[in-house]
Amino acid sequence: MKSIIIPALLLCVSLNAQNPSAKEIIEKVDKNMSADSRVFTSKMIIHNPRNTRTVESKSWNMGEKRAYTEYLSPPREQGTKMLKLEDQLWIFSPETDRIIQISGHMLRQSVMGSDLSYEDMMEDPHLLNHYTGQIDGKEKISDRDCWVITLTANTPDVAYQTQKVWVDKDRFIPLKKELYAKSGVLLKRMVLSDIKQIQGRWFPEKILFKDVLKEGDGTEFQIEEINFNVPIPEYIFSKASLKK
Amino acid sequence: MIRFLLKGILRDKQRSLLPVIVVTIGVFLTVVLYCWLTGILNDTVELSARFSAGHVKITTAEYEKNINQMPNDLALTGVDTLLKKLKNEFPEIKWEQRIHFGGLIDVPDSSGETRSQGPAIGFGIDLLSGDKSETDRFNLSKSIHRGRLPARPGEILMSEEFSQKLKVNPGDTVTLIGSTMYGSMAIFNYTLSGTVIFGTGPMDHGSVVIDLEDVRNALDMSNAAGEIVGYLPDNYYDEEKVNQIVLRFNKLFPKSEDKYAPVIMTLRQQNEFGKMIDQIKHIGGVMVIIFVFSMSLVLWNAGLLGGLRRYIEFGTRLAIGEDYSHIYKTMIYESVLIGIIGTISGSAIGLSIALYMQQHGIDLGSIMKDATIMMPAVFHARITSAAFFIGFIPGLISTVVGTALSGIGIYKRKTAQLFKELEA
Repeated sequence: MKSIIIPALLLCVSLNAQNPSAKEIIEKVDKNMSADSRVFTSKMIIHNPRNTRTVESKSWNMGEKRAYTEYLSPPREQGTKMLKLEDQLWIFSPETDRIIQISGHMLRQSVMGSDLSYEDMMEDPHLLNHYTGQIDGKEKISDRDCWVITLTANTPDVAYQTQKVWVDKDRFIPLKKELYAKSGVLLKRMVLSDIKQIQGRWFPEKILFKDVLKEGDGTEFQIEEINFNVPIPEYIFSKASLKK
Repeated sequence: MIRFLLKGILRDKQRSLLPVIVVTIGVFLTVVLYCWLTGILNDTVELSARFSAGHVKITTAEYEKNINQMPNDLALTGVDTLLKKLKNEFPEIKWEQRIHFGGLIDVPDSSGETRSQGPAIGFGIDLLSGDKSETDRFNLSKSIHRGRLPARPGEILMSEEFSQKLKVNPGDTVTLIGSTMYGSMAIFNYTLSGTVIFGTGPMDHGSVVIDLEDVRNALDMSNAAGEIVGYLPDNYYDEEKVNQIVLRFNKLFPKSEDKYAPVIMTLRQQNEFGKMIDQIKHIGGVMVIIFVFSMSLVLWNAGLLGGLRRYIEFGTRLAIGEDYSHIYKTMIYESVLIGIIGTISGSAIGLSIALYMQQHGIDLGSIMKDATIMMPAVFHARITSAAFFIGFIPGLISTVVGTALSGIGIYKRKTAQLFKELEA
């Protein structure tokens, strides 16, 4: 009897590992993509219809709702700082010495003419906190086996009501995303590449964002350096730090 | 015979004076109304032309496709060279560069943080070069409500309604938040020099006017402009002339695959202007037809009355042996002469008054102050070539038709009864 039960149990465990639930997949994706805190420098290469611009910045994120970004180049953008707390954003412009508050739908506007919105740029949401997943099938992306998962928002405060995500079966990292509005209209496409092991997790160093409602060839978001779960001084997330 | 009839009309005042007066008044009213309606159409079109459309507008092909979004990332570049070429090739046109933009106006509190904020539609026009054409076109000097026009770089005009919404006064600092031509964030401080009342709801709700060079600086649009608008010399939108310009422009700048090549649009081709012009023309046309028809009825009636008044005269003429058809023919000839005299005098009076209204206009500003559509406050008449002959429709045709119809009665009169009638 024992000789039948043990192999059967082992088979069940192995099958379960091969066919995890959508929730388990999302949990593993969150573990790779999100962190309690992160500090990173990045380059946005914005391919507009008429030109290509590169904007460099350094960002500090704490949890889902607190973020601070300082723009390093080009000269026109240098010194511009943004602070996002919950659903409010403050922008400091050194040229005018002003702190300007932006909130509401403005947060879904493009950052610096890129294909990213302020929310895309400054938020680090745990998918599991906002979405319910459903596995739709399996597909290959760049020769890698992926789960195709549809995420449907279960909280009202998300930028995209539905997301279709292609998750690498081995590394549990999204390789492609399609982001949809409540109306079902496709808003953005993301292609995540240059997946590397960084501090014990898989993480994409390059993300191509394409706002499908916008002309141009999209925006490449390149991570130059990133540190996860590092302590960030509290004053960073205060309005006082904007003018420093 | 015509000379004989003319002498009769001039000598027998009883026979001619009343019909000529009636025709003159009818024609005068028709001509004045026609010129005034044409003028209203012209003024309404001109208002749109002045603020946004121009008589012709040049943009890039891509900008034209998305013109309602004010896509300055698709603006014309190398504008200096383009403008030089346009001025050489079309010296009769007054060309102006403009940047139409959207953004946020943010008002700081004492610590420099946001106190109030609102979305704005911005007009970047030439205010400081010394050429007052654009200031006049936007009627800014007369529209100033508080403060003054911008006199130096860094000053901004705001609609009065918008300034009240944001609680700002002349002298206060406001910040424009917009997007540069290359998509970067543009944040610039300006001093509010004055507030204006444009008199049109859409512009009064939330618009700002800034000098073109200031806007170029803020939106990183050096040697670029969203639009170049052109105006015909006498500020009158003449479709024929405008179409000629388009033909010449298209020869100069043939169609190309380049998305950023300049393309030209007439006022009619922009937004819903074509439809609007057609509708106003249609309404104007219907009004003129109704009026001309009513005047025709009046003059027809006058012709009928004339026929009845001369009942005895015609009876006598028949009694002394004049032929029915001869009497009828002379009546028609007489009515033609009366119609011509009345139409010429009515047209002369009507055109004189229309000329005065064309030059001075009628100020309906007090009635129009709460209007929510873009309508001018002063309405001018407009004399067109049609005004010189529109009066002939009621003046000549109606009089003749009226006389012709009343004259049919002559044929029904029986010669045997004529003496009885005359005795009575």
